[in-house]
Parts: sequence; C-alpha cells; structure tokens
Amino acid sequence: MKCRNAVSELSNYLDGELDDELKMTIQAHLGKCHHCHAVFDTTRKTIDLYCDGKLFPLPEDVRARLHDALRRRAQRV
Amino acid sequence: MSEPRAATLAGDESGLVSEAKAGNYAAFEELVNRYEKKIYRLGVNITGSPEDAEDVLQDTFLKAFEHLSEFREDSRFYTWIVRIAVNEALMKLRKRRSSKEVPFEETEDQDGEVLIRDYADWKPNPEQTLAREEVEQILRNAIQALPPGFRTVFYLRDVEGLSTEETAQLLNLSIGAVKARLFRGRLRLREELSKVLKRG
Repeated sequence: MKCRNAVSELSNYLDGELDDELKMTIQAHLGKCHHCHAVFDTTRKTIDLYCDGKLFPLPEDVRARLHDALRRRAQRV
Repeated sequence: MSEPRAATLAGDESGLVSEAKAGNYAAFEELVNRYEKKIYRLGVNITGSPEDAEDVLQDTFLKAFEHLSEFREDSRFYTWIVRIAVNEALMKLRKRRSSKEVPFEETEDQDGEVLIRDYADWKPNPEQTLAREEVEQILRNAIQALPPGFRTVFYLRDVEGLSTEETAQLLNLSIGAVKARLFRGRLRLREELSKVLKRG
C-alpha cells in the first residue's frame, strides 16, 4: 500500500468504517511507515483534544442577556 | 409563573417540554439552563465570532420559545434546538459578506489530493506538558483558522458526536461532502496543532 492510499482512508479508519481486509492492510502499512503512523496517531490525538467540548465557555454576561431577553419575551405572551 | 414540578427538575426532559408547552416558563427556563452552554459553543465554533454566537444563542432560544408548540417530540428537545441553532449560525455566515473567510458553500470539497506537509510526531501528552489555558488557546486558534465549512462539519461530527447522516441532513450536504470536509478538516486542524505540539 502506498502512503497516499493509506492517508486517503484515514478518516474512515478512525471512524471504524473500513472492512476488515482494508483495515488490516492499513495496520500493516502503519507498522512499517513511521510517517503515516505519526499522521494517523496525531490526527486521532487532535480529535481527542477537542472531544471534551470545553472550549468557549459561556460568559456570565452573555447568559444574563439571554435570560433577560427570554423573560421579556415570555412576559409579552 | 409557576415552578417546574420536582419530578421534572430531576431530569425528565419530556415532562419539562410538556410543562413548557402548557405555559410554564420555569420549565422552559430549565431546558435553557441545560443546553445554553452547548448552543453557545456551537455558535462560536460555526461562526468563529463570540458576538455572532451570542446572537445565535438568543435567536435559537427565542425561536424555540415561540415555536415550542410545533415541536412534535419525535426527537430529543436538544436535537430540535441544535437544528435551529445550526440554521441561525449558517445564516450569520451567509450574511457576513464583507468577511474574508471562505463562504460555507464554497469550501473545497472532494476533489484534489490531500497533501500532507508535516509528518512530525508530537511531544507526549501536551495536556500535561503545557498549561491547560495554553492548550485551550492553541485549540481555539486552530479551529478558528479553519474555513467555516470544515469547522462546522468537524464540530458537529467530532465534538457534538452527530452521525455523518445527521450532519449531512442538517447542513443539506451529501454524505460524500460531509466525509470529505471532515477528512480535510481533521488534517488541517492536525497540521495547525502540529506547528506548536510537534517534537523539538
């Protein structure tokens, strides 16, 4: 398998969407190719870093304005 | 305004929705309290702007309040408001004509080979070797540097955990386009992070 073929399946591999044969072919390639191994591994780490979803906390003043707007709207009903 | 009943406060979402539909504002407010943080994050991630995210947040819950009677409850309340929020955020992007960002619809798609420019491995455990605030700033900068079409798909799939099909439906894209944008978005993010996280 060539590196570009392995990389083209990176997303499907990480999402577990490949059939067993292609998955094993890629795993064999990753065992031999340090470059592709690093790309696959660091892409997985990238996803993991974002996964906890804690970026961009809701500022308290933004929250207060939201609740003010909703209360004003509710009082018009 | 009446208070939501104890049972609904304890976690019964469909009960809260029923009470909110019956005019109990406190029940609606409890639903807002549950999801306001996630909707704000969605807004910042898609629009790339805290100001636009505040509009997305307010418009989403105001619309949810006004159209609550139309919510048929064949999906979770959260799924319903995510749909509203994504539409609001995409409208913001489309209105931003003066922006230098790549418009959502014009993001490069399936065609063309992806070129990997950086094969470097990373330092072990960046979360442990850098201060938490530093890692978070790096992550914020990297996702905001992505074209909106990429970061929207990345956010919905990898952070929100929506399926490819759900994402395609929400964004009115083909399955192939979602997969292509996710693939490219992941690689672009990785490349951005590599600039600061790679070994020596």
